[in-house]
Amino acid sequence: MPSHATFKLWRTHPDGDGTFQTFHTEITEGMVVLDVVHKIQAEQAPDLAVRWNCKAGKCGSCSAEINGKPRLMCMTRLSQVNLHEPVTVEPMRAFPPIKDLVTDVSWNFRVKKTIAKFKPRPREADGTYRMPQTDVDRVQEFRKCIECFLCQDVCHVLRDHHKHDEFIGPRFLVYTANLEMNPLDTEDRVPDLKDKHNIGYCNIGKCCTKVCPEHIHITDNAIIPLKERVVDRFYDPISRLLRMVTG
Amino acid sequence: MAGYASYSYDVLIVGAGGAGLRAAIEAATAGVSVGVICKSLLGKAHTVMAEGGMATALAHNDDRDSWRVHFADTMRGGQYVNSWRMAEIHAKESPDRVRELEEWGAVFDRTPDGRINQRNFGGHRYPRLAHVGDRTGLELIRTLQDHAIHCGMTVHMEHTVIDLFIEDGRAAGVLAYDRERGRFHVFTAKAVVLATGGVGRAYRITSNSWEGTGDGHALAYRAGAELSDMEFVQFHPTGMVWPPSVRGILVTEGVRGEGGILKNSEGRRFMFDDIPDNYKPQTASDPEEGWRYTQLDKSARRPPELLTRDHVARCINREVKAGRGSPHGGVYLDIAWIKEKIKDSEDHIKRKLPSMYHQFKELADLDITKEPMEVGPTTHYVMGGIRVDADTQMSTIPGLFAAGECASGLHGANRLGGNSLSDLIVFGKLAGEYASQWAKEHPQAPVSEAKISAGIADSLRPFERGDAGENPYKVQADLQDSMQALVGIVRQESEMQAALTRIDELRERAANVGVIGHREYHAGWHTALDLRNLLDVSECIARSAIERRESRGGHFREDYPEKSTEFGAVNMMVKRGGDGRVQLTRLPITEMPDHLKAVIEEQKS
Repeated sequence: MPSHATFKLWRTHPDGDGTFQTFHTEITEGMVVLDVVHKIQAEQAPDLAVRWNCKAGKCGSCSAEINGKPRLMCMTRLSQVNLHEPVTVEPMRAFPPIKDLVTDVSWNFRVKKTIAKFKPRPREADGTYRMPQTDVDRVQEFRKCIECFLCQDVCHVLRDHHKHDEFIGPRFLVYTANLEMNPLDTEDRVPDLKDKHNIGYCNIGKCCTKVCPEHIHITDNAIIPLKERVVDRFYDPISRLLRMVTG
Repeated sequence: MAGYASYSYDVLIVGAGGAGLRAAIEAATAGVSVGVICKSLLGKAHTVMAEGGMATALAHNDDRDSWRVHFADTMRGGQYVNSWRMAEIHAKESPDRVRELEEWGAVFDRTPDGRINQRNFGGHRYPRLAHVGDRTGLELIRTLQDHAIHCGMTVHMEHTVIDLFIEDGRAAGVLAYDRERGRFHVFTAKAVVLATGGVGRAYRITSNSWEGTGDGHALAYRAGAELSDMEFVQFHPTGMVWPPSVRGILVTEGVRGEGGILKNSEGRRFMFDDIPDNYKPQTASDPEEGWRYTQLDKSARRPPELLTRDHVARCINREVKAGRGSPHGGVYLDIAWIKEKIKDSEDHIKRKLPSMYHQFKELADLDITKEPMEVGPTTHYVMGGIRVDADTQMSTIPGLFAAGECASGLHGANRLGGNSLSDLIVFGKLAGEYASQWAKEHPQAPVSEAKISAGIADSLRPFERGDAGENPYKVQADLQDSMQALVGIVRQESEMQAALTRIDELRERAANVGVIGHREYHAGWHTALDLRNLLDVSECIARSAIERRESRGGHFREDYPEKSTEFGAVNMMVKRGGDGRVQLTRLPITEMPDHLKAVIEEQKS
């Protein structure tokens, strides 16, 4: 491993545009990209903006695009990137820039509120809820989500087509799946998925699954089963017929 | 002077970790207007990093458990300088608080009969930690967050509080800046709840995120509130030690709960060499019994790796100092060995400890199912904090409440693993309940314009000094090194006196730090403003630690290695004196009522 590396960090200008600024810095074994960004911040650019928190891959704050790939800065070891070329670090591109590496992700927090909340069935007579582990395994996979929003960043519906007003994105389809598949839940979110949250916009490109740092099978385990629920409810010819008969 | 925006709430909550969110939910449900201020985005607070679980006597895995045993365990772990009333409330109310989380969407791991599963943890007599693999903190914060957003409250994300206003002798509001633009905001409120977490960032090696700068402790202290037990800092025995950039990141106690063992470089399981007398009756006599305990054999006693954190941390420290450490200055924590006992041990470990597997694989290139980890102590938690009334969580300043890590009392001299998450929800709820009640009964105290102007002007000084000032990161780093070296895991008076001298020097340097550029998302400026909080809490820790001339729990004095009856009867209380210096008082601990004494006695065997 070399003793120095060159990093090109995205810097925004007061007019809102931005360019890469080049920094040369010393590196040591075991460092992650976030360490380098912090080192540059402490030694060369104290006003460099970067959002981070736990530095252990648990909070999902330090999402960025490293050499063009959406990743957590704290979980990207220098041994995983080519240090013989300058390493580029830039903000997530699917969200409005705030400053340097920081973007405005508040849209995600607004979207979550539009999803009907958890509505549990009553408790058992002894005051507990009984659920076998096998029934909660699939929900627990979705609940591993750290809300880094990297999946939202790569979703072409959001990134390229800017359908933020119509489509909730993979993160919130996972969130909806977590609620829908919770054995205690009694709410019905299928009509909203179809009409309000437009699950149909997803054409199963699986980009979201590829970038998930928690390795959640977003497309296969969350989105496709939800799509099936929508199809069964609204497009299945037999049940449509039944509905026509029974009203 | 820079302008500011104004907001007004009945109850203002500072901090959106477990305690802050739980308080906010309670207050909003009580029908008052609620504002929440948090330094990060919602759902990113340090609570997210809690791993092992939340302790509560549901008695699902062992029906011998009850609030009485939990209470006695908490008091014994805290070496009897805890607030017995808080320990009682915590043990009695935590089961309801945990069950309620399920109603809000939390999905805990299940027992074979489908109830919440509970695991073993250090200092807890029976399996008591409700958990979700090793990411229980994420489950807690996400559950509270997702419930809170539907309760009716306003969340101000990425805002940092820099001043707390006390008017007419009671809490009146705060001054904050937002990270995004660096604008100032004045929040007035009838009641203020501090739920700002810990102080780990005062030390070099810590498991705490950047947020743990002691804001609530320092805001309350500067406003004249009393703090107590600040000498009790918990050094978690198992933090990562390599590579250097991840030094201090937590390795959950759950590894030991699942059968992980500690070994030195000679391969010796050194924890069997030093078992304190008061834990001997409950500790396994050989490795085989210890293993059976981790596999939930009710007739077995716990292995010595699951003794309290203060003790395990000191044993590791001793091995390293004696030259029996691992190559990078830790000891070995081995879970891979269980392949001798369990057939599919690799899958078993990955299922029980998924994020530990992930963390070591990604950050240290090490497969914990095959190799032992290197671990060493890391600054983890402060037992001390704002002194509160046990039943209402109100501080010594009327209308100012505190809950969670920034409050003191529950944990005494040493916190048991898993008691922090249950602390957050039990006392977060009480703080929210009584803050809203207070807000209904008291009018808003007016905040003086002069104080606001002064607060804003003060906070802008680093920009005025600009290039001529010192780099704030340098001052912060020097403070962390001083606290680590001089007020760390093993303490003595001469070193702590040296630390106080350093803190004085650092205060002068902190008053001369400078930053350049604009106020937008300016980490250098934020660091400059954090310094006074870190310095205030560091001084409180050092002063309290010097005064406690004995060893107890997280506080170990090389010059006074024994426990003393004299100090076992008091809490160290600090407040800001008229001269701006720390004023220290020994507060006698009130006597435990007979019914609780009886519980302690019955649980001694």
